[in-house]
Amino acid sequence: MVSTTDTTHSGDRDADTQDHVASDHIDDHHHHEAPYGISRWLLTTNHKDIGTLYLWFAFIMFLVGGAMAMVIRAELFQPGLQIVEPNFFNQMTTVHGLIMVFGAVMPAFTGLANWMIPMMIGAPDMALPRMNNWSFWILPFAFLILLSSLFMEGGGPAFGWTFYAPLSTTYSSDSTALFVFSVHIMGISSIMGAINVIVTIFNMRAPGMTYMKMPLFVWTWLITAFLLIAVMPVLAAAVTMVLTDKFFGTSFFDAAGGGDPVLFQHIFWFFGHPEVYIMILPAFGIISQIVPTFSRKKLFGYASMVYATGAIALLSFIVWGHHMFTTGMPVEYEIFFMFATMLVSVPTGVKVFNWVATMWRGSISFEIPMMFAIAFIVLFTIGGLSGLMLAIVPADFQYHDTYFVVAHFHYVLVTGAIFSIMAAVYYWLPKWTGKMFDITLAKWHFWCSLVSVNVLFFPMHFVGLAGMPRRIPDYALQFADFNKWISVGGFAFGLSQLIFLALIIKACRHQGESVSSQVWDGAEGLEWEIPSPAPYHTFETPPIVR
Amino acid sequence: MKFSSFISYMSVLLIVCLSFAAQAIDTGRSNLNMRPGVSDISNQVYGLHMLMFYVCIAIAVVVFTFMFYSMVVHRKSKGAKAANFHENLTVEVVWTIVPFAILIFMAVPAAYTLIDMEDVSKPDVTVLVTGSQWKWHYKYMDNDVEYFSVLATEQGQIRNQLTKTQNYLLEVDRPLVIPTGKKIRFLITSDDVIHSWWMPDFAIKKDANPGFINEAWTNVNTPGVYRGQCAELCGKDHGFMPIVVVAKEPAQYDAWVAEQEAIAQRARDEEQRLLSMNMSMDELMSQGEKVYGAVCAACHMPNGEGLPGVFPALKGSALALEDIPGHIRIIVEGSPGTSMASFAKQLTMSEIAAVVTYERNAWGNDTGDIVQAKDINAIMYGKE
Amino acid sequence: MQDNKHDDEVDKSAHAGVRTPLDHTKTVNKILLLVAGMFCFAFALVPLYDVFCKVTGINGKTNTEAAVYTATDIDETRTITVDFITRTNSGMPWEFTAQTRKIDVHPGQMNEVAFYVRNPTNRDIIAQAVPSVSPGTAALYLNKTECFCFQHQPLKAGEEALMPMVFYVDPQLPEDITFFTLQYTLYDITRTVDKDTVDVAMN
Repeated sequence: MVSTTDTTHSGDRDADTQDHVASDHIDDHHHHEAPYGISRWLLTTNHKDIGTLYLWFAFIMFLVGGAMAMVIRAELFQPGLQIVEPNFFNQMTTVHGLIMVFGAVMPAFTGLANWMIPMMIGAPDMALPRMNNWSFWILPFAFLILLSSLFMEGGGPAFGWTFYAPLSTTYSSDSTALFVFSVHIMGISSIMGAINVIVTIFNMRAPGMTYMKMPLFVWTWLITAFLLIAVMPVLAAAVTMVLTDKFFGTSFFDAAGGGDPVLFQHIFWFFGHPEVYIMILPAFGIISQIVPTFSRKKLFGYASMVYATGAIALLSFIVWGHHMFTTGMPVEYEIFFMFATMLVSVPTGVKVFNWVATMWRGSISFEIPMMFAIAFIVLFTIGGLSGLMLAIVPADFQYHDTYFVVAHFHYVLVTGAIFSIMAAVYYWLPKWTGKMFDITLAKWHFWCSLVSVNVLFFPMHFVGLAGMPRRIPDYALQFADFNKWISVGGFAFGLSQLIFLALIIKACRHQGESVSSQVWDGAEGLEWEIPSPAPYHTFETPPIVR
Repeated sequence: MKFSSFISYMSVLLIVCLSFAAQAIDTGRSNLNMRPGVSDISNQVYGLHMLMFYVCIAIAVVVFTFMFYSMVVHRKSKGAKAANFHENLTVEVVWTIVPFAILIFMAVPAAYTLIDMEDVSKPDVTVLVTGSQWKWHYKYMDNDVEYFSVLATEQGQIRNQLTKTQNYLLEVDRPLVIPTGKKIRFLITSDDVIHSWWMPDFAIKKDANPGFINEAWTNVNTPGVYRGQCAELCGKDHGFMPIVVVAKEPAQYDAWVAEQEAIAQRARDEEQRLLSMNMSMDELMSQGEKVYGAVCAACHMPNGEGLPGVFPALKGSALALEDIPGHIRIIVEGSPGTSMASFAKQLTMSEIAAVVTYERNAWGNDTGDIVQAKDINAIMYGKE
Repeated sequence: MQDNKHDDEVDKSAHAGVRTPLDHTKTVNKILLLVAGMFCFAFALVPLYDVFCKVTGINGKTNTEAAVYTATDIDETRTITVDFITRTNSGMPWEFTAQTRKIDVHPGQMNEVAFYVRNPTNRDIIAQAVPSVSPGTAALYLNKTECFCFQHQPLKAGEEALMPMVFYVDPQLPEDITFFTLQYTLYDITRTVDKDTVDVAMN
């Protein structure tokens, strides 16, 4: 585990002088012995510990969800049903999606927020440390419930992570109850985390840190937190309506009782679209921290970056219909959603241009975080462009529910969000552990991941265009060759993450060369003013920012 | 190197790549690209798709050119010194306005095509398409022809016991037949969950919502056989309910319709005849096995053992060994709240009698029971 | 080198003073209000959606209560063709056919069509008819003054009936709509209905 000041473990670690920053002696009365052991992790209210917990949890979930993807790709390796039954295959696609969205990407970003936001704004911790502990610990509980539902008679949820009614209501197994309960808990965790982020940023910035001086990562997380507050309750309502339709005789989505199955899709995607921006805005923030550092040049267009992020967040509320173009929507509304969706590409494009302009005439070096950031910019842009194609309604009729869509969202989520998380981990890991990670392992991780992820997802564009629908366990013969390669890419990408695992474990053992507080010579920000590894408590006295 | 030389190299490279790609992609029927299809609308859609594609390629090339150039030339290891600028109003305004203009350029033709696609007026033929788990049903609204359209690929191929044939998973027992050169209107709905009727060659994809109807239309230019699939997750056999449409010249279409009406009438007469007849055990078993294989085996498995916890076994089950009326009833009415649908509309009474007889005698069940069409009739309509 | 790069200087030597515990209650309360509000908003979406659909007619649902016929001039210059489709949902064994499959009407004119139903089984069944109009926008202009879809329809075992439906097309129907289809899907709701509260409205 990444423990910052665990003074009781033997071994090659820097000593307890790291316990206290030089400038803070005054209100030390909380600091007796540094905590250790299981109760440390169970009861911690320290933002660094909680950040670590979130990150480890997210990584484990990433591997679990990834294992499910391996099952999917193994079945799709060849035409025919070889490995699993179609019903179980549907459970795999469903739970893979749920785990990756709610168990890997979101907790990872929350872990980064917990670790970095207080330090970046010169605060000693998050605003509500005890709620912070709860926010984390209910997550393993929620996922235990979700995963155990797979072992129920009748199987786990098999209706896709989007759980459309009436497949999820009348025609689903009883495990739907566990699914609903689990999603409620995940939602509560996200909402509590978002509250914490907002209150921390509003109330605890160091004197002199005005809003327009905050690092971009803090800005993007502030806006993300507002999106979370706004839409997680809508998900909670949607999932509750599914529960009551199934078990308590309501007819929200049942035509026989006067309801409408399309209503479900409206409610779900009103949550669902902001949700995908929730999963990418923090990534934008991370890239906006990393690119200036390794270009040795200030971020180009700081103010536009902030406004663009705000614009993306606002627009995200009025585009939900683009997931529903085939439901039988009248033309006028299809045109509205088409225009609004295309509009989102303008602020997003501005951000990409700003990153390139940051690099332009900078002094660029290619350390591992920068390589992931560059890969993000290129590959996320590809994902964004396929998104632009999807926005065009007549063409979308051919793309919708095919592998073209699967390609699009995996580009923005894997080579987008996940790569940004890896970039962030490589960027800040030396700050957390005080040691440079194993660069050879990191390079292997990067290159293996980069190549395999493209072998995995790029051909999906082709099979989708050629006519392969999504969420099917078996396919017609003309899709066989590409599917084989996609599966090979998938296995390779999965294996590549084991390199990352080895590297993290090594880093947590505090092996490697010691680093200074600066770590990267182009880095700017409060987090680079404090020692590496970061002391257990930092900025107990606020710095003054000029 | 100079920026201008870099640009020249990149442009040449781009042109070479694009022409190669265009050759590979634009062959009308390839594994790489959407197909242009066989209607005017589908060709318009293909055109829009290619236009968007080229615009996206161009944007990507421009952006990445700047980026890669920067990575090569502005490297610290090459001695580059970082400049100091971090804003430029002109540039920022330009790269906001220009993308905005590009979007308008893309959106306008798209809107026109869309309006065309949604204009369902003045159809020549109307077909009611009903999706259910896991098959399609077609009913011609201008005459009395209606039938189910079920996946025709045998389980043996799916389970890798037989070699897969060319139209694996894209073939049905009774395809939809439409005339070319006429406006065909589709009314699309569902019997249970949301399905989606997708014909790539017509550029039609419309969700089948239970309790509601959606509309779509096409006008097919070229006779031929066209294949599509269900495009909305609808349960376990979502991948196994394909769509096949055969487009015939109008004269041949009319002949086909007349033939279908005759077939339907004969089937009704046959049903009446069988109601008063008794089939032999051999006849029942043979027909029952066929029906079972085509309709029941996907869930209850060819060996009758089902999927524990999900689809009950029929081999050795109480229903199949003891309760004849219950056995018939569950097939006729389905089991609400489960995946067991009602098959009363999909199977004739003699087919149901055959499959019940088969299930009661296969796999060692050996009850010796014989069930006739009139027994089914009694359960469905009479006293019991 | 380091000093020049910072726009924001961090002054650690000047103690800004001891932190007093901050009171976050007001901020937290405001946010919690927003959370509760969004939760309620999501549930409010249900009736909002209904109202929106009623007003715009876009999802093809027709009026669920009898419309009142306000005498208007019959617009003889326009002829609208109305198709009727009858369907029974999976597991619903009734016979259900439209006596009139297609009818040409003028906007403003009252029309009556009949639907035949028969319960061929040996048990009593209660049905609910659910209408759907395509194109959806035409639903707004279809006014039913009498419809079997307004109530549950029970039939005893073996019974049959002729159910009337009386409607007029609103003259405000957009010019570009010259025909529309009305589909009725019949659902078996016997299990979900308390038999004592059944309304009967048939010949």
